[in-house]
Amino acid sequence: MFSPDLVDALGGSDALAKRRRVAAERAVAAGQPSFTEEVWRYTPIDDLDPAQYAFAAPGGTAGPVGLMSGVDDSAAAVVHIANGAVVDVSVRADGVRVDVLGSGADDLIGTVAPEGPDVFGDWNLALASAPVAVSIDPKAVLTAPVVVHVHTDVEGLAWFPRLVVMAGRTSQATVIEHHTGGNTPALICPLTELSVGDGAHLGHVTVQELGDTAWQIANLCADTGRDANLRIGHVAMGGDYARARIGIDMTGRGGHSEIDAVYFGRGTSTLDFRTFQTHVAPHTTSDLLFKGAVDDYARAVYTGLIRIEADASNVVADQTNRNLKLSPNAWAESVPNLEIENSDVQCSHASSIGPVDADQRFYLESRGVPTDVAEALVVRGFFDEVLDALPSEQISASVRQRIDELVSDADFTAAL
Amino acid sequence: MSDNSAHTLRIEGLHASAGDTEILQGVDLEVSSGRVHAVMGPNGSGKSTLAHVVMGRPGYEVTAGSVTLDGVDVLSLAPWERAQAGLFLAMQHPTEVPGVSAAQALAEALALRAGNDSPSAEQLERTRSLLEAEAAAVGLKAELVARPLNVDMSGGEKKRNETVQLAVLQPRIAILDEIDSGLDIDALRACANRIEALTEAGLGVLAITHFTRVLEYLRPDEVHVIVDGRIVDSGGPELAEALEADGYTPYLPEEPDAGVAVSIGGLGSTPAAGTGASAAQDPFADPWADPLDELG
Repeated sequence: MFSPDLVDALGGSDALAKRRRVAAERAVAAGQPSFTEEVWRYTPIDDLDPAQYAFAAPGGTAGPVGLMSGVDDSAAAVVHIANGAVVDVSVRADGVRVDVLGSGADDLIGTVAPEGPDVFGDWNLALASAPVAVSIDPKAVLTAPVVVHVHTDVEGLAWFPRLVVMAGRTSQATVIEHHTGGNTPALICPLTELSVGDGAHLGHVTVQELGDTAWQIANLCADTGRDANLRIGHVAMGGDYARARIGIDMTGRGGHSEIDAVYFGRGTSTLDFRTFQTHVAPHTTSDLLFKGAVDDYARAVYTGLIRIEADASNVVADQTNRNLKLSPNAWAESVPNLEIENSDVQCSHASSIGPVDADQRFYLESRGVPTDVAEALVVRGFFDEVLDALPSEQISASVRQRIDELVSDADFTAAL
Repeated sequence: MSDNSAHTLRIEGLHASAGDTEILQGVDLEVSSGRVHAVMGPNGSGKSTLAHVVMGRPGYEVTAGSVTLDGVDVLSLAPWERAQAGLFLAMQHPTEVPGVSAAQALAEALALRAGNDSPSAEQLERTRSLLEAEAAAVGLKAELVARPLNVDMSGGEKKRNETVQLAVLQPRIAILDEIDSGLDIDALRACANRIEALTEAGLGVLAITHFTRVLEYLRPDEVHVIVDGRIVDSGGPELAEALEADGYTPYLPEEPDAGVAVSIGGLGSTPAAGTGASAAQDPFADPWADPLDELG
């Protein structure tokens, strides 16, 4: 898809350059994925024409505030990355470090994802032009979030944002990644690594509000230490095709993880989610709740796997995906999976796809609430539980308001 | 909505089906302000269907007849328009609506009634305090009316919650579908007292019930017996007493399995039931089991 020679101009340590070349060769050998592969099923990946995009790192200015209104004001650190280059780094609290290429980020890249997890992950390692590493000191307790803004507004740009979060032992912090874009086509392939140290509590929220011609193929790879607690939030509102593959390896005994996702597809967008809750160590627990709506001609795909490895006894894992179809032309698919190699576990999964619940609508109507208002209330209510679960109250509030605006403008009649 | 003028809900020759099954086969009934009508009948007689059809629940088709409120054709209105016109349905199985509080929903309804597009913060607050006051009147904890509608509530709490909303909305005519099921005696008395006070202020009530028990508290002016989708008898409160003594047997076909209502409801499904059944052994042991409820 891209030339391995692009690696040579990127700078950074020799060791990193060497790893980049290996990754690029692996990616070239893998070639372009196809929807016939299970992990790309239901996706428009065959429409991807890399020749339409040019890899570069021109940089630029910060993007719009969007759903992040007010969040930066009290943040522990704020990083702006635009069009392949770090634009600004501002650290305002003790206990957190931000490193960039050539200044300490190089060795941290690959801590959780030394390769892959797919060809775009390998291209990300090879071509990440503006990697950022956020390190939370052991025992540090950050009361305000670390915010990383990632903006793309150069037409036809292809680039590979990379963020590494190292949460030291027993630290407590929240990192918010904000992806914005202009109304121009671009290919953005972010990869985020979350290393959650023993006993650490880490929250991570992705707020994706790309323009409606952007392609995003994102990877998030996390690893939880002993008694660690990881809460991942994911908000997906934009993009022509926006994919997020989220994988958590629960390698430390006693760890707990949660993934809560909110998505709202409109226009002709395709939102694609692949999740992997991999329980490697015993006494680990994981919860997953994905709730989304598709309106207009939008599509949503959720496929998730709970995998319990042989040594992982006493595991509790849950996976729930619920989809609301708000228009007759919208489409959603939900494929939950379990793969269990240890009998001493408790696993559950559930999924649903359907229009606004007719009984709920009738109940509200029977009180005198007009049909459109009743449906808007039901849709807002549908998201309530997952919004409450996001690991940032500020983001919950702004997304709730955005959904209110979307549903009060929408016309859901005859959605079947 | 309480006002001094009299209002009348008139049901004439109402036929309605769910799927291929005709459930209502010509119901005639008239309920006016300040009057309490009880409609009683065995399981499967069409009681709940009558309530749903009058309120406009999806899943039923009206094949003949009319329903009017003060002369306005109710059947041509959407359910919410029926509610705005002054009808209320207290449901047998109130639906859980995650993430939506009673205050949000009722404030929308009341704002519209007052001619506003959406409730102001002040209207929302006023609705909230009205709900709290009405909750106290029927012994429902204030925190329960604040939570999402009917979510994580017991059967009895849901029924009290219906009464609370009825009292806040103050409709002209209220249909109570098995308001007593799931309620203990104290809660039943509290709800019935509240509804009785509303009838004294002009509310008309159509109480659909299975048991005579509720009628000790919701003293009806008229009692109607519905069997096989038709009103087969009407009278004063004494009719309820007769039903208490004799059950519905006098209204049912003699062969135990001759009618749909009989075979579905389980009444008389054993040959011995006709001889051994008495009012003390209530033949309608499970008020939740109306199988036709599930058809919608």
